[in-house]
Amino acid sequence: MAGTRYRGSEIKDVDQFIKDKQGLQSEREKEIGQHIGYRYDVNLVPDYARLTPFLAKYIEIMGWSDLNWLEDVHMGYEDGAPAVFDRNNNGWVSIPKSISLPDNQQDRDMIARELLIKFQMSDRHPLVSLRKAYMKF
Amino acid sequence: MANVSDDELKAMTQEERVTALGMRTDQLAGRAMRVEFDPDEEERFEYPWAPQVDFNKRGEIDADDFDTTGLNRQIRAMMAEGYGTIVLKNPRGKHSVGVGILTRLNLIIEGSCGYFAVGLIDGVNVRVNGRVGWSCGENMMAGTIVVEKNAGSTFGAAIRGGDLVCKGSVGSRTGIDQKGGTIIVGGDTGALSGFMMQRGRMVVCGNAGKNLGDSMYDGTIFVGGKIQSCGVDAVEAELTDLDKAWLTRKLTQYDLLPAKGVDHFTKIVAGKQLWNYDNLEPNEKKLIL
Repeated sequence: MAGTRYRGSEIKDVDQFIKDKQGLQSEREKEIGQHIGYRYDVNLVPDYARLTPFLAKYIEIMGWSDLNWLEDVHMGYEDGAPAVFDRNNNGWVSIPKSISLPDNQQDRDMIARELLIKFQMSDRHPLVSLRKAYMKF
Repeated sequence: MANVSDDELKAMTQEERVTALGMRTDQLAGRAMRVEFDPDEEERFEYPWAPQVDFNKRGEIDADDFDTTGLNRQIRAMMAEGYGTIVLKNPRGKHSVGVGILTRLNLIIEGSCGYFAVGLIDGVNVRVNGRVGWSCGENMMAGTIVVEKNAGSTFGAAIRGGDLVCKGSVGSRTGIDQKGGTIIVGGDTGALSGFMMQRGRMVVCGNAGKNLGDSMYDGTIFVGGKIQSCGVDAVEAELTDLDKAWLTRKLTQYDLLPAKGVDHFTKIVAGKQLWNYDNLEPNEKKLIL
């Protein structure tokens, strides 16, 4: 019966989806022409030894002891380029080419979290316009 | 963004506001909304519209003086005045207390709440010195909620982020449709916990009821006690050193670390047998189409 067993590929290399834009590794992915599953490990818990100073300050201001909701933020890969999913924007936000990527997912995740916070708190975030357009005065 | 004042926006209809703010109302196609981070973005830690609150400015509300809507309005009014710590007295099981607060705040609830307590929050730190009814922390985005006693069913339904902690035991369907965040239960959890879980982490220090993680799509469940049975496609996985370090850190944070540590925890993940990206074979599709 179709659709009853996992036939996607495993993530083996941190640059896998930069080198291979389409991410078609398994037989089934090649057959349907579509990558199956996430392009990063959604279950990877953060390594707090790699926390950046900005994130440490954010945690302190919010009154938390850890990354809280940012534990679920990871650097993903969209169209062969690194990007972060912004839940407030419901879309991917690209990492500029000027930012060099570390060679491991943990450090990349920390960069993703920092960039996402700065973007969400900025005046140019789409939610600022959306609030003005749709909020009840 | 178009340069329109708030007063001008207030005078407009919603359709006019959308147009004035330069937002598109036509059907978007493809990747028209592509956005890129600015590496030189200013360092800010709160949403531009959030009231500036000070955790050291403390105020109290007697819930006996308000109905639920009035109570939630009073919390917002105090936040607008800069109160960063609010103590809520005499909640007496009121429903939907403290919902929809979208910025940082310390909210201390002295008593028990009814259903949907502090749902839809984004960044609030809540302590409930009592019990909560069903769906506490429903759709929570960020922040922490610590319930000192027991909680009802569907604890943390559809939670998307943050830490939701019950130091006692909880009812059934804990973390149903969980989409992120961490749910921690100090005691036991009922049947169908983690049902349709899609992401995030659930930690149960005690026992778990029947059909744990039934139809879970992704995410991780850690159980310290006995699991009555696992649901469809919930399978045991290896507890890694990173998992142990994370569990130790998290449970210590909430004074829930067992004396014997975390090595005895069982890790449950999705077997990914239910991923239906390819639920129709190409040839089957051709037959249907």
